[in-house]
Amino acid sequence: MSVVPLDAERVEQDEPPARDDEAIAARSLGQAVWRRLRRDRTALVSGIVSALLIVVALAAPLIELGYGIDPQDSFKDDLDRYGMPYGVAGGVSGTHWFGIEPGLGRDLFIQMVYGMRTSLGIAFAAAIVTTTLGVLTGIVSGYLGGWVDGIINWITDVALALPFLIFTLALIRPLELAFYGPREAVPGWFRVIVLIGLFAAFGWTATARLVRGQVLSLREREFIEAARATGARTSRILFKELLPNLWAPIIVVFSLSIPAYITSEAALSFLGIGMLEPTPDFGRTIFRSLNYLQTDPAYVFFPGVTIFVLVLAFNLFGDAVRDALDPKSMTR
Amino acid sequence: MLNFLIRRILLAILTLFAVSVLTFLMFFALPRDPATAMCPKNCDAARLERVRDELGLNDPKYLQYLHYVQGIFAGRDLGASQGGHCDAPCLGYSYVNSEPVTETFGRVIPVTLSIVVPASILWLTVGIGLGMLSALRLGTVFDRLAIGLSLTGASLQLYFVGGVLLLTFVYTLKVLPYPRYTSILDNPWDWATALILPWCALAVLFSAVYARLSRAQMLETLSEDYVRTAEAKGLRRRTVVRRHALRAAITPLVTTAGVEVGAALGGTVITETTFGLRGLGRTAIDAVKDGDLPTIMGTVLIAAAFIVAANLVVDVLYTIIDPRVRLR
Repeated sequence: MSVVPLDAERVEQDEPPARDDEAIAARSLGQAVWRRLRRDRTALVSGIVSALLIVVALAAPLIELGYGIDPQDSFKDDLDRYGMPYGVAGGVSGTHWFGIEPGLGRDLFIQMVYGMRTSLGIAFAAAIVTTTLGVLTGIVSGYLGGWVDGIINWITDVALALPFLIFTLALIRPLELAFYGPREAVPGWFRVIVLIGLFAAFGWTATARLVRGQVLSLREREFIEAARATGARTSRILFKELLPNLWAPIIVVFSLSIPAYITSEAALSFLGIGMLEPTPDFGRTIFRSLNYLQTDPAYVFFPGVTIFVLVLAFNLFGDAVRDALDPKSMTR
Repeated sequence: MLNFLIRRILLAILTLFAVSVLTFLMFFALPRDPATAMCPKNCDAARLERVRDELGLNDPKYLQYLHYVQGIFAGRDLGASQGGHCDAPCLGYSYVNSEPVTETFGRVIPVTLSIVVPASILWLTVGIGLGMLSALRLGTVFDRLAIGLSLTGASLQLYFVGGVLLLTFVYTLKVLPYPRYTSILDNPWDWATALILPWCALAVLFSAVYARLSRAQMLETLSEDYVRTAEAKGLRRRTVVRRHALRAAITPLVTTAGVEVGAALGGTVITETTFGLRGLGRTAIDAVKDGDLPTIMGTVLIAAAFIVAANLVVDVLYTIIDPRVRLR
């Protein structure tokens, strides 16, 4: 279950690598990884699906243009007097590929296309911010050690003890109250920033722990000693010497945190404390659809399967990247 | 051992202290006036002033915090509109529910426990069992099936699984009633039939996580030297697995179980919402929507206390299970 921003265990977990007796050739790390990803069938398929979904999110306005329906368009004429869509499977037809939302009369397909945009936009932003924060604190605390490390470590401990979801839901309201009055409407972009900020506040710890561990072993190596002996400044050692040696775990953490944030964002919206109307969102749509479980099951089915495919693709691709970057089989 | 225990408990208390200060600061030291947020609708200036006074918002911040802590350990006197004296574990008074926060909690915590405890037993057994078995049958059809299932399960959303379960068993097959909480003391059968779907929904997701973890862990243990030694000296496979591999493979999983308590609590919030059960999670969410600060704060504190306690138990268990950590 990934309501937590990131499973530290999952990042380090490794499958026994399959044997591969190829002729030894000089290959850069990037080339080796790329080669292995391309040869892994799961990686290939999940990679293509993930890329396609990213394209859908980026090209949402273009898709809207071709599809001819705006996410806010309402098709009340296609609903019966109880607000239920006519036709089979929630009103699936040539014009409405995924049917119509009961009651609201909006087109479900274009809602999902824009929902993909919300979901991936927040997930990528959150992943970039948390990874950067985690790497910075991890490097600094691992390299400097001493009291800096002690304090950062304790903060990490406290942050890890906080239940992410419960804390987030507790924080959203006070944070809004800090900027807006109790009866004022909160704009959608503010929620986006609050969500990304909260993900960042809780998500950096796992990355920091991982990076710190790596730095602890790296800093004793000769090349760091050599840099120190030649009088390199600390910032140079941190970012020019240490950082380039850390990119493999960083990429793994980053790619596995994307599906985790997709899940978390959808969960918060499902609980009514994430994205608000009228921004299209998977979690909120599914929450609404549960009221129509008996009368219009297709309304639950389409968003549920969409987010499942999205998370599965990114999960599988993240796993494949981790396996491809596995240092134990790096020489192959 | 005693030394370790004392140190560990002190650290737990320190963490709880930090969490309580943090929550307190966030709720009561924010620039906006909490009284406005907490005052019931159509609040006039006089009433607002009274609320502010009864909440002690005119006192300095540290004093407010001390009063709150005093309420938890020794009880405190709240204003007349907050029901007068509030007994020992006092978490304040909720204007929205018109009762002390602890009274609401007394009603909803049994619901949450009834969901979490049986569900966690279910997902631990299924997850760890599945993972261990598939590691022992590496590469077989069973193993592939288990990997596929756990990958799928880990990518599913709790509320979607819940919806599908409701649709199948309640609305289509009509074999189960719509989940409605009954106390286990009143009617154990009704209690179980009402909660079996929430348990299953949680188990689908969490056992997938544990299956993956325990499979990886078991594979690593099976490749250790001492396992090979045990096999080489002619022990039967079953004895090797039981005596040598299992114990070593389970130890790290205990730690994971401790860390995952927070995630499990989060999962419970979603489950309660999906199945319309009134537990701690649902109460917290309603409190967020109503701006009921004392209830939100109480929830955070209870959840944090729960997690800290779980971590403490895990650490102690660890010293018992893992012979290398003992008597440090």
